Amino acid sequence: MKIHLPNSAHLGNIDAFFKRIDTKNPNALSISANKKWISVHPIVLSMIAAYGAKVRPHISCEAMTAKSAPYIVRMGLFDSLGIDCGIEVNEHESAGRFIPVTQIKTSDQLSDFLNEMVPLLHLAPEQARPIKYIVSELTRNVLEHASAPHGAFLTAQYFKKSNRIAVGIADTGVGIRKSINASHATGSDLEAIRLALTPGITGTTRREGGTEQNAGAGLFFIKSIANVTRDFFVIYSGSAMFKLLKRSTNKIRLHVDPFEDRHSVDSDLPKWPGTVVGIDISLEQTAEFNVLLDHIRDTYDQAIRERKKAKYRKPKFI
Amino acid sequence: MKTIRIFDHAGEFAENKDVARNLRTTLLLPELNKGKPIVLDFDGVDSTTQSFIHALISDVIRKLGSDVLDRISFKNCSITVQKIIGIVTDYVQEGA
Repeated sequence: MKIHLPNSAHLGNIDAFFKRIDTKNPNALSISANKKWISVHPIVLSMIAAYGAKVRPHISCEAMTAKSAPYIVRMGLFDSLGIDCGIEVNEHESAGRFIPVTQIKTSDQLSDFLNEMVPLLHLAPEQARPIKYIVSELTRNVLEHASAPHGAFLTAQYFKKSNRIAVGIADTGVGIRKSINASHATGSDLEAIRLALTPGITGTTRREGGTEQNAGAGLFFIKSIANVTRDFFVIYSGSAMFKLLKRSTNKIRLHVDPFEDRHSVDSDLPKWPGTVVGIDISLEQTAEFNVLLDHIRDTYDQAIRERKKAKYRKPKFI
Repeated sequence: MKTIRIFDHAGEFAENKDVARNLRTTLLLPELNKGKPIVLDFDGVDSTTQSFIHALISDVIRKLGSDVLDRISFKNCSITVQKIIGIVTDYVQEGA
């Protein structure tokens, strides 16, 4: 696989980065980069780290000359890959507020990480609540459903200018389609993503409301948080991507069907062997977390009622 | 009446589903199966996840019926925790 670190790859324009991934040689990872400047969302670093763990030690990286290359070093990408990139980092330079590339393979590792994460990002309790929620649910999804031998790779960064936290999580597990198909037959990666984002649908059972351990609500909650905070949410698995676009009106309205949200999709991307999720959370909007929970409750109830009603037998009029 | 202090097992952010499952199978269900009431005390718990609450109580409601909620008291819940418990108890009963 060849991955190019471009001049700019954030969730708004992440499609171009995904499209450029070259999957011809799946047994090695080759990294190249823009010569002048690199500005990337944490999702990009998580993806590279996840794929690197899969093909290690067959990893190569061309010399990086971009002025911002030390950022990639400080974010821990090369440590994670186990390669020396030859870039000198001034340790006295401000590193900002970030979580370097972190590999999580067990439930207890995740719990420890959640305790350590908040001080790293310098978050107030009300700001920390949705961020911890997102990281917990996304990472537990990987640990429980992805069958990923290397676990989840997580990276986060605070962007001062836009006052937002960007989070990226990637794995090289079975992907959403195979996970969902265990209980719901789907014809494509995009259809599987659509089902995975629908509240009450889980790959662990066809039963309404899930099993004793899984409700099929985690991704719906996370998409809803992004919706309420007017931020991007991207999910990419197999050859398909769903991107929640920023809400254009003040009115908060959550949808059971993600395709009714303001969104874009692509079903012809280079095949990613696993699942990748990226989300931006504006810190100015996090006080609305409790309001969001009210909206989720209403939407969830509506989803269950509609699905139950769809199964009702209809009277036969002759 | 038996009280389970969630903070002692799950900390201020109650999210570990393995912990929730252990609480359900070793403390919550045995007590409720005997017909006794129980208190789930969330004192010190700042927040939780839907997955944690689901793993803690959804199977209890399904196995023992909605009436079991009359024997479970949720104590010292923050607004966030209350709302998440409300979401889970609603959808479990709606889907029953």
